[in-house]
Amino acid sequence: MGKSARELARAARVDIALDRRDGVVLNRLAQGLFALLGLGVMYVLAQAFAESPAIFVQQMLNGLQLGFIYALIALGYTMIYGIVKLINFAHGDVFMVGAFTSFYVISGLDLHRWPAWLWAGLPEGVVILIGTITVILLSMVVSAFLAMAMERFAYRPLRNKPRIAALITAIGVSFFLEYFGALPFVYSNNYITYTRPFEVTVYTAGSISPWAIGGAWGLFLLSLAGYLLLKWRSRQGDLRAQSWIRHPLLQLGLLLGGFFSVVLTLAGVQIETGGEIWDLSASNVTLVIMGSSIILQVILQYVVNRTKLGKAMRAAAYDKDAARLMGINVDRVIAATFALGGGLAGAGGVLYATAFKQVHHLMGIIPGLKAFVAAVVGGIGSIPGALVGSLIMGQTEVLAAGFISTPMRDAIAFSLLIVVLLVWPQGIFGEPPGEKV
Amino acid sequence: MSILEIKDLYVSYGAIRALHGISFHVEEGEIVTLIGANGAGKSTTLRTISGLLRPDRGEILYDGEEITRLGGDAIVRRRLIQVPEGRRIFAPLTVLENLEMGAFTRDDKREVQASMEWVFELFPRLKERLEQAGGTLSGGEQQMLAVARALMAKPRVLLMDEPSMGLAPILVEEIFEVIEEINEQGVTILLVEQNAQMALSVAHRGYVLETGSIQLEGLSAELARNPQVREAYLGGG
Repeated sequence: MGKSARELARAARVDIALDRRDGVVLNRLAQGLFALLGLGVMYVLAQAFAESPAIFVQQMLNGLQLGFIYALIALGYTMIYGIVKLINFAHGDVFMVGAFTSFYVISGLDLHRWPAWLWAGLPEGVVILIGTITVILLSMVVSAFLAMAMERFAYRPLRNKPRIAALITAIGVSFFLEYFGALPFVYSNNYITYTRPFEVTVYTAGSISPWAIGGAWGLFLLSLAGYLLLKWRSRQGDLRAQSWIRHPLLQLGLLLGGFFSVVLTLAGVQIETGGEIWDLSASNVTLVIMGSSIILQVILQYVVNRTKLGKAMRAAAYDKDAARLMGINVDRVIAATFALGGGLAGAGGVLYATAFKQVHHLMGIIPGLKAFVAAVVGGIGSIPGALVGSLIMGQTEVLAAGFISTPMRDAIAFSLLIVVLLVWPQGIFGEPPGEKV
Repeated sequence: MSILEIKDLYVSYGAIRALHGISFHVEEGEIVTLIGANGAGKSTTLRTISGLLRPDRGEILYDGEEITRLGGDAIVRRRLIQVPEGRRIFAPLTVLENLEMGAFTRDDKREVQASMEWVFELFPRLKERLEQAGGTLSGGEQQMLAVARALMAKPRVLLMDEPSMGLAPILVEEIFEVIEEINEQGVTILLVEQNAQMALSVAHRGYVLETGSIQLEGLSAELARNPQVREAYLGGG
């Protein structure tokens, strides 16, 4: 006999140790490669910025539009994951159905002009405003019902089955919606030109009233002052201030004021640096997307944090059986979560179609995937994380397209996922696992 | 008429049968305890009563009405409330929100407020922590919160699953005092415990559950004197 059992065991241990060391080396190599790549990207971007800060900032403004649309989709991913631990891969298709709903009611029924049917003399601006809001709300309702139906018929029967079953079903539902849409009597398998509910106006220096800019700054500074005051009061132990600080109106003021003041100032004020005149612009589509996305998110935060339904959602997300023992009908709460997520995606669909002026039955796939990545980057399950992740995603995409490589934009945007997960495995706002016992 | 009557209840998890036809009853105003070792089927019994599990056979009568097939929320609406094993408070929600969840099925704001006052009287410490996340409380405080949350539903019958689990002896004493106090205020209690000594010291009657069937029943004092019970659950002789 050559080797004793002990020697064999030792040899095996050495093998394992070697394997482990190889793994560590590979990980280090991968991290190093990504770090190099990241440095390269930073270098290219810095160079572009140095060459023309104005163009760079203009790209970032364009990225906001995408980021806010992704945020609307990502919120659905994150909420649904939070409560049923399911990545709803059909979520991007709910977004597509939202876009198509608005397409049909606008080009088929002229619904975006409905107030003009009733009151002939109404000013054009009011007609368009009310009409657009109606179209968005209607698409949200249709998408919410679709998401609820999806949950009821596809996911609920699998609730107590292994999680992989629901995941594969989600992919099936996704294909169903996409190719059902391609049937000739439903939509079409071609790109269709979308009629915007309102005309595009591009604002540049001088075309924005100083009142609007001042108003946005006023709103922002006022809410910031309020926030700081409340923060100081709650440090002093004022319980009232602690609950007021999370008030939705304060959030709305901060977000709306913050983003609008910056965007309007950049677009509307002529800046000159080092001989370069900043000639930036922002379209009303960007402003509408930003505004409605922020408003919807603040409403969502309000629903989740302040209402009975929202508290039940958070309770059920944490512990379903305990929630049942409180008399919470968990099935109904899950359905409501799908409805909320679906509605937001539907609104995102309308805004996306308005921005890019076309609809297509596969239009939900890529934005859906990007919003999913954004939700993971922000920390899946976290609502503020979905917004932050989406804004990062939007910026990555436009900066990659603008300064690195247009055809590679999606590849670069998706690599963001790998890089962020290497650094923060839970995402930026994610909670470490193992907290729940 | 008993307020809670279990008749010949059979419950399985898949192919494994956990309860083999148990029957017992709880009278209004009593504290009744179910004692038994790990895996005897105590928690299964409570989960079935609360509608989380469906029995294969048997009946659950509550206040004369059959509730065997009702959903969990319908059972809570009838004010048959459970404090689950291991506390199961909602860690990310604040203490106040946890209490609000306890009152989920109640609509009358004024009465909910009254329950809130009652709960603060029983557990003054919770009032100081209203805005704190439930998960940041200590183990004892979490158990208080779990009981308080159940009281927010204004229970007629309270099912308590291992309220002493994982608590320091001094806290166990405290929680059992609270149980007696709640009972004195008119709440009927069905108490499931591994800590048989404490359970028998507060309960009026008890049942001994072994591998899914009831082996013994009687007044607490009798059970505490019973040689079999002493040997198996009270640490011998």
